[in-house]
Amino acid sequence: MTSPSLVGKNARRFTAPSVIPGFGLTFGYTLIYLGLIVLFPLATLIWQSSGLGFSGLYAIASEPRVAASLRTTFFISFAAAVVDLFFGLIVAWVLTRYDFPGRRLLDAFVDLPFALPTAVAGISLAALYSPNGWFGAPLADYDIKVAYTRWGILVALIFIGLPFVVRTVQPIISELEAELEEASATLGAGRLQTVIRVMLPPLAPALLTGFALAFARAIGEYGSVIFIAGNIAYVSEIAPLLIVVKLEQYDVPGATGIATIMLAISFAALLLINLVQAWSRRRFGHV
Amino acid sequence: MLTRSPDALAATEGSKRGTSIRIEGVEQDFGAFPALRDVSLDIQPGELVALLGPSGSGKTTLLRVIAGLNSPDRGRILFDGENATNLPVQDRHVGMVFQNYALFKHMTVADNIAYGLRVRPRRTRPSRAAIKARVTELLQFVQLDGLGGRFPAQLSGGQRQRVALARALAIEPRVLLLDEPFGALDARVRKDLRRWLRDIHKQTGLTTVFVTHDQDEAMELADRVVVLNEGRIEQIGTPEELYDRPASPFVISFVGEAVALPVTISDGHVTFGGRELHIDTHGLRSGPARVFFRPADIAVAAEGSGDLEGRVESLRRTPAGVRATIAIDGYDQTLEIDSPLDRSASLGGRVPLSLAKARIFPADENGDYFNAGDGI
Repeated sequence: MTSPSLVGKNARRFTAPSVIPGFGLTFGYTLIYLGLIVLFPLATLIWQSSGLGFSGLYAIASEPRVAASLRTTFFISFAAAVVDLFFGLIVAWVLTRYDFPGRRLLDAFVDLPFALPTAVAGISLAALYSPNGWFGAPLADYDIKVAYTRWGILVALIFIGLPFVVRTVQPIISELEAELEEASATLGAGRLQTVIRVMLPPLAPALLTGFALAFARAIGEYGSVIFIAGNIAYVSEIAPLLIVVKLEQYDVPGATGIATIMLAISFAALLLINLVQAWSRRRFGHV
Repeated sequence: MLTRSPDALAATEGSKRGTSIRIEGVEQDFGAFPALRDVSLDIQPGELVALLGPSGSGKTTLLRVIAGLNSPDRGRILFDGENATNLPVQDRHVGMVFQNYALFKHMTVADNIAYGLRVRPRRTRPSRAAIKARVTELLQFVQLDGLGGRFPAQLSGGQRQRVALARALAIEPRVLLLDEPFGALDARVRKDLRRWLRDIHKQTGLTTVFVTHDQDEAMELADRVVVLNEGRIEQIGTPEELYDRPASPFVISFVGEAVALPVTISDGHVTFGGRELHIDTHGLRSGPARVFFRPADIAVAAEGSGDLEGRVESLRRTPAGVRATIAIDGYDQTLEIDSPLDRSASLGGRVPLSLAKARIFPADENGDYFNAGDGI
């Protein structure tokens, strides 16, 4: 008990000792911030829907229209995030690895989906892809309909999610040493082998983060989708829209029920992605 | 080959003749900046050659041209007499050790070493067991037995260096190229690794080229040293030749310490600050020139003789005699000169100095000093 290290060993400390002051202040702020801004509204939601009970929630989830909208939302969000993962990587790669005239301008364009009111994005996309729009008309010749179908939702969600992947992957790509590629080449590896074996593995954690962000954003997206989706019940109706519809019909328990189910699924999905990420960091993150 | 012990590996590679490298008139420009200017060089099979020069001298560029990582604007590279100028890096079979090792951080040490074998097309790829045996063998060879499962981040700088070398050797390269192999290591580890690299070279018999800015390193390790400056080869020679017969003012000042005195040549007589220096000018034109000598080649002379005169600024006793700090008349820096006890010198007093060996290089019309001339 005389030596201070003994105290540190036996008495469980709340935080590891650190020379940086201000833990109490910043930790308190963090708790209040997360509590008031994130957890409190979510708690209200759960409290609101708690009257329904599990059976009530199950009843709402198994309502065919609700089930269809949940499937649409999660399935298309996932697909959009997968597409963003692929194209976001390419965009980030080009913007980081090559220098060309207009690179900075192009780089600034990436953030536009962040800044644009989503409704504006939805309306422009709908105009472009509608059967007489610039993209829609040529596609219509091949009997491909994008606007007012599930494809429209996919297009809108890809648009919304792209910057998340680009912006998370970009800094990691710029950190990759050119020497790694050269080392791989001197050892006899071709371009494709170098990309797959040497360049991609270190990017895996960042790619997963970008994917998770794009996916999460897509699940919650409302503004852009409702203008291009056509919102046909059972086909192209997303869960967030159904919540609004229920609210307009003064079906508050129904709306909160759907919201709670979405929350639960999103939380489970993000947790899963985080676990995969932790694993990939352990596997590939030796920096 | 793949199942033998490390000694057998060393023996087989040692008995294999190294590859000769011939560099013919290589030039490379980076934009307006000429990185290499008309560089020609012959490297004998099995030779250990150092590319020595200050930063920006083109030494790394030259190494990269040999490796095939840069393609020269003009000139040719030949391996064993065959033109390799347009041979892609992948097909050159060079073992390259990068300055910061460029280890694949997400792979274990063993996977790093096996990389060059695993990426081979299926026809030429050794079996899994053979790759594993080869990795074990190389780990022993670089004295890292049992560390195959670690990640590069878990190794010390010297150990990473060895992994990088083992990885380069795994592909049985024709030549071994090292870029500042000891640059990132602390002094003690550097010393050990120098000796070790010398041994590795002896055991593998590979033609080895390494880049360094440290003249001690180049002189200690290499059979021949190539001194580069501003993209040009200043001199190619053994360490002895560089020390004893430096071909240019640059070489004499870069390879070891040198004192430069501005002098004037007129009718074969060399004068410095009004005193005549007894240096053979063997027909150099009259005009401004510069005399170079090593601090070790100047000594306190007997009274009444000597080429130069200086003032004693400070005196310090050493086991063998005294070390005097002397300001030479007309030269703006002081020199430390060791002299035996019997040469009397008093603080503030004037002493005659004699030059044992010096080299003289005339200045051209711009006042620059070009390569010519021989001293005493």
